[in-house]
Amino acid sequence: MFEELFTNPFYQRTLAAAGFIGFANGFFSGFVVLRRNALSVSALSHTMLPGIALGILLTGYLSQWNAFLGAMFAALLVGLGSVAVARGKRIAEGTSLAVLYTAAFALGVAILPKLDTRSELEHWLFGDILAVGNMDLWIAFSIGALILLTTNLLMRPLLLTLFESNVAAAQGVPVRAMQYLLFCMLVLALVSSLQAVGCVLSVGLLVAPAATVSLLTDKTSWLFWGGGLLGGIGSILAVIISSPLGIAPGPAIVILLGLLFIFAYLFSPKYGLLSPKFLRKKS
Amino acid sequence: MVISGLSVAYRDTIALSGVSMATSCGNRVALIGPNGAGKSSLLKAIAGLIPRASGEILWRGSAVSKWSHEFAYLPQREEVDWSFPITVRGLVEMGRYPQTGWWRKFREEDKLAVDRAIDSLQLRDIEHRQIRELSGGQQQRAFLARALAQEAHVLLLDEPFTGLDRSAVSILGDLLAKLAEEGRLVIASHHDLVSAHSLFDEVLVLDTKQIAFGAVADVLTPELISATFALPPEKKGAAHV
Repeated sequence: MFEELFTNPFYQRTLAAAGFIGFANGFFSGFVVLRRNALSVSALSHTMLPGIALGILLTGYLSQWNAFLGAMFAALLVGLGSVAVARGKRIAEGTSLAVLYTAAFALGVAILPKLDTRSELEHWLFGDILAVGNMDLWIAFSIGALILLTTNLLMRPLLLTLFESNVAAAQGVPVRAMQYLLFCMLVLALVSSLQAVGCVLSVGLLVAPAATVSLLTDKTSWLFWGGGLLGGIGSILAVIISSPLGIAPGPAIVILLGLLFIFAYLFSPKYGLLSPKFLRKKS
Repeated sequence: MVISGLSVAYRDTIALSGVSMATSCGNRVALIGPNGAGKSSLLKAIAGLIPRASGEILWRGSAVSKWSHEFAYLPQREEVDWSFPITVRGLVEMGRYPQTGWWRKFREEDKLAVDRAIDSLQLRDIEHRQIRELSGGQQQRAFLARALAQEAHVLLLDEPFTGLDRSAVSILGDLLAKLAEEGRLVIASHHDLVSAHSLFDEVLVLDTKQIAFGAVADVLTPELISATFALPPEKKGAAHV
């Protein structure tokens, strides 16, 4: 059965997409973990639904492009809007984000019944990596390459910004630009994972890999590269085992990454709950 | 280093004004004053982390206008994100970023500078530990090592001795003395008036403005202390005097 699957071009595309998206998102998850903003990522991911719905409402049909652009537009609007509101100092960023994203999500829910393409929309909610086309593959590949290139070129100023923003600013790092850049990369990463896991589960791909690696190593660079490897290999494996198990590949990816995280939490040689070293320290 | 008429303001409130002092390399200067006296603000202003409202800082005869790798600021312990996944060596390597810029690869000279910094602050055994796993004294030494890797000549430390036990205080005190002897200028905020005598050469007393500056023994007189730390009489015992 497997032989037949692997020679199938659809399946090959699916595996390639899982690998690309998993690697780029896993790599970027290092920044999400370092910024400790996993919750706001979750908020942004929900914002993509009304973006897609609005894109369909305005153009009258569902395509990759209006879904991607709608999702990106909504996430940027809500994300940057919450930052702008928070700059007034009266309202915390988390607060403004929570208000704006739930309002946006509610708008999406309100628009949904008005659309003819409801069933297809479900693909965008939960992903449908088996239906990935050549265009999707190119989008995922381009976004992944852009994220990897930009973050690697700017790794030092980005790390300085995240670790000590005032020192970074004094050294001439454009701290605010770096923060906005990270934010835009985050939105791109979210959008690129839409096809694989959908907007609701995209958070898993963007948090779990580096969170798992952070339980295994103290080296900053490993958080990124290890996260990328874990995200890429994990996604491919999940797609492969999902069909014999009879579950959809999108959820399978996030379930597998979640299980790996729990496994690392329990058995990490250094920080695991059940590791001999950790137990000794406790007693 | 000569500081003249320096003041610092946050939006409309003045945190510190009228600081004027002159000192030179090889000295250890303590900044002493009650909470909110502007000690941290002065350190950050010298380091170039916050803008000055007025005044001038002369270093090696010329005015300092922007950040320089010769000035290293070591934050208060609670201001650091200790859970950041970075090892001692990784932290010290960050000190080379001003030299390497954003892209240049680490050369042999960078590795040497990092190794030298790690050795001179006795961090060799723990260079691969994550920074949270260090004791308070080791954490201070790790940031000092980063400052050395950066080739800083002015070390600006915010409450370096706070929360350290006695042996860690003496190790750190000896290291600061050694760094000063090698020709660096050490400026640190400090709150323990007794140990100031052994840990520092000069003292600048602040209380949102400059109260006094000079050699420790000349400045820290009982009269000045009770005037600056104006506490209700029953609480005087708590003032570390």
